[in-house]
Amino acid sequence: MAEAVDYKVIGSRPIRPDGVDKVTGRAQFGADHNLPNMIYGRVLRSPHAHARIKSVDVSKALAMKGVLSAICGADFPGAQHGEVGGEGGGDVADVAKNVMARDKVLYHGHPVAAVAASSVQIAEAALEAIEVEYEVLAPVLDLDLAMAPDAPLLDEKCFTKNLPEPPDKPSNIAAVMNLKRGNVEEGFEQADVIVEGEYRIPMAHQGYIEPHACIATTNEAGQATVWCCTQGHFEFRAMTSKILDMNIADLKFVASEIGGGFGGKTVVYLEPVAVLLSQRSRRPVKMVMSREEVFRATGPAAGTHCKIKVGAKKDGTITAATAWLAYEAGAFAGAPMGPGAMSVFAPYDLENFDVQAFDVLVNKPKVAAYRAPGAPQSMHAMESTLDELARELNMDPIDLRLKNAADEGTQAPYGPKFPVIGLRACLEAAKQHPNYTSPVPEGAGRGVAVGFWFNVGMQSSAEVHLNENGTVTIIEGNPDIGGSRASMALMAAETLGVEYNDVRVLVGDTESTGFSNVTGGSRTTFATGMAVIQACEDIITQCKARAAATWGVDEDQVEWLDGQAVPAPGVNAELKPLSLADIAGNAARTGGPLLGRASLNAQGAGAGFSVNLADAAVDSETGKVDVLSFTAIQDAGKAIHPAYVEGQLQGGAAQGIGWALNEEYIFNADGVMENAGFLDYRIPVASDLPMIDTVIIEVPNPSHPYGVRGVGETPIVAPLATMANAIRSATGVRISDLPLSPPRILDALERA
Amino acid sequence: MAKVVFPDHLLATTQGTHELETFAENFRELLLQLDERWPGCAERLAKCAVAIDGQIYQDAFLEPLQADSEVFFMQRIEGG
Repeated sequence: MAEAVDYKVIGSRPIRPDGVDKVTGRAQFGADHNLPNMIYGRVLRSPHAHARIKSVDVSKALAMKGVLSAICGADFPGAQHGEVGGEGGGDVADVAKNVMARDKVLYHGHPVAAVAASSVQIAEAALEAIEVEYEVLAPVLDLDLAMAPDAPLLDEKCFTKNLPEPPDKPSNIAAVMNLKRGNVEEGFEQADVIVEGEYRIPMAHQGYIEPHACIATTNEAGQATVWCCTQGHFEFRAMTSKILDMNIADLKFVASEIGGGFGGKTVVYLEPVAVLLSQRSRRPVKMVMSREEVFRATGPAAGTHCKIKVGAKKDGTITAATAWLAYEAGAFAGAPMGPGAMSVFAPYDLENFDVQAFDVLVNKPKVAAYRAPGAPQSMHAMESTLDELARELNMDPIDLRLKNAADEGTQAPYGPKFPVIGLRACLEAAKQHPNYTSPVPEGAGRGVAVGFWFNVGMQSSAEVHLNENGTVTIIEGNPDIGGSRASMALMAAETLGVEYNDVRVLVGDTESTGFSNVTGGSRTTFATGMAVIQACEDIITQCKARAAATWGVDEDQVEWLDGQAVPAPGVNAELKPLSLADIAGNAARTGGPLLGRASLNAQGAGAGFSVNLADAAVDSETGKVDVLSFTAIQDAGKAIHPAYVEGQLQGGAAQGIGWALNEEYIFNADGVMENAGFLDYRIPVASDLPMIDTVIIEVPNPSHPYGVRGVGETPIVAPLATMANAIRSATGVRISDLPLSPPRILDALERA
Repeated sequence: MAKVVFPDHLLATTQGTHELETFAENFRELLLQLDERWPGCAERLAKCAVAIDGQIYQDAFLEPLQADSEVFFMQRIEGG
């Protein structure tokens, strides 16, 4: 159980171990790796959003000077079985077809073939020589039209899952989900006020700065090594082994430093292609996506169509709520409609609700996770509707949420009762924050919204090596995307009782450390941290045994205090404490090197709640929105390194604001993305945003030794509705569809 | 007896049963009981996350069940 303690190093803000290399340019990211004799891979992508592939002929490309291999879908192993985890995953066969199309292309940019050549220029020219014959089909691009019974089908073998009776006709609706409790009809009859809203959000990209990149090399025994930027090199190894039907033991994956992932780098795109090209060419093959390829052919967040209805009594008690949530899956099934459905009402204690959710195929790139996948979209709809409800009731929006807030013991919409949670603490902190108690600036509007994410634990491994001088090296298996190496070092130093600077943390490759699930799901500080702590406790147990041997006492007569083995009370007080350096220095005599280890499937991840506040001004002539202030308040359980928790809150807020105000995939009628670059896909830049104020609430998670709750995903959930509510307040007009870009705002103001 | 609840999207697997009560020492034993009742369901249910007395497990196996435990099957979450 976590208890309130004054920690020695936890809660401090040391410089991150990777900081100097990153700011000086020494850090090695995915595209920075080079190998002797390497060649360059490039991908031929479909010019059509929907077409049958009648034939692919790579022979002319292969015949070109400088081209060493050329492949297409037919070169990949046949049937794949099994599943790939995560909200970007799904059936292995689908992931494999997304890596390289087989009989159909399902989005503009879908890989059709690939070549490897001695230069990028030759590779690009070789792509032109590949002959592909298509039978072009009409693309299905509209979510609602895709759901219609007579819609053209992306996959004639797709039958809707989870229906009460198995369907007899295929559909673009790959799966449905229904969550309900109580009786919504009776609940709405009890309501004094009922508010409804309908909301549309287009596809949006995670916008990581670093494009996907990898380099693969193989040997004569068929073993491959892949360096890549990834959120999870173990899971990339697993996916690649399944797609290529390779023995997992013959694959080694090495994670580079990573320039952002946010969920978008939990799925393979280039890696199996690079390995296959390397096997065929017998050369290392380097592949780097262009920014345009990243937009067109990786995994954006799902576009959605959501409908919410909420009924409440005059005092604000919600009596019933319904949600209809349709998510674009893209080319293959697997939209995050489940998490979206489970989170939409999660912050509230409701007796009567009904949620219907749909996973819908459209001819767009297959979606992947984007930080709390599914929740930003569904909760934008609910939090916007609650804002309207507060207006109808003439009630403070925070008070409305406090009136209905979930707490310890509340049954979550997805079933279990919440353990201790921090929602009320976040709402109270928001209500008292100067950014809420101060007057709204002249001409501006203020918005409030709540965010939620489950957070997960999953599998992690860690080893702790005691070096000869008493310093400690930790090896764990989670790519560092948010400062986790610093947090691991802090937790290790706290557990061992040593200085932060006596600890080094490395991210091991798949042959150097035990299995870890992805860096994602807000799990790394929680689960891998737990593994590191247990590995340190293992080292402490061993050190105490060595001290006992050195002193000639029983092991239970040794305690560990402030980084030293000390005699227990009542034992010979003359015995001099032994530091880690002392114990390490005598290790050869007392039994050999000291290595602590732990591997676990971490349980008890605590849910994360947040409240956001924003003041926004709208220029009625241009439609431009100025974000005057933004406050992110979130329960972190315990902030191991407060600066990196603040970074997560600020980063998630910036992404959520961009998603709310400007970001959208714009497709033409042929299904071609028209804004596949940062000039026209407008993410926030530094001049767009004020400094984002943060408040870290600490309601410790009793399941973690230091009270940690994951913080990486919740920050992106609330900003969408926070901005929508601020603009509603500023303009008097509810604009239900995102993004709240200048043209959309001007149009809404003109029609109002 | 432990209360076991299935969400709507699993009702096809549980032949329409939304909720049941049973004795089981741990989750593994529960899964065996359910597979006896609905042959073949264990494979599908093993892919679910399960909440036992408020604690969510992505890969439950030997977690103990108390006499009054509440067990909810739910979709796995991984996140991003």
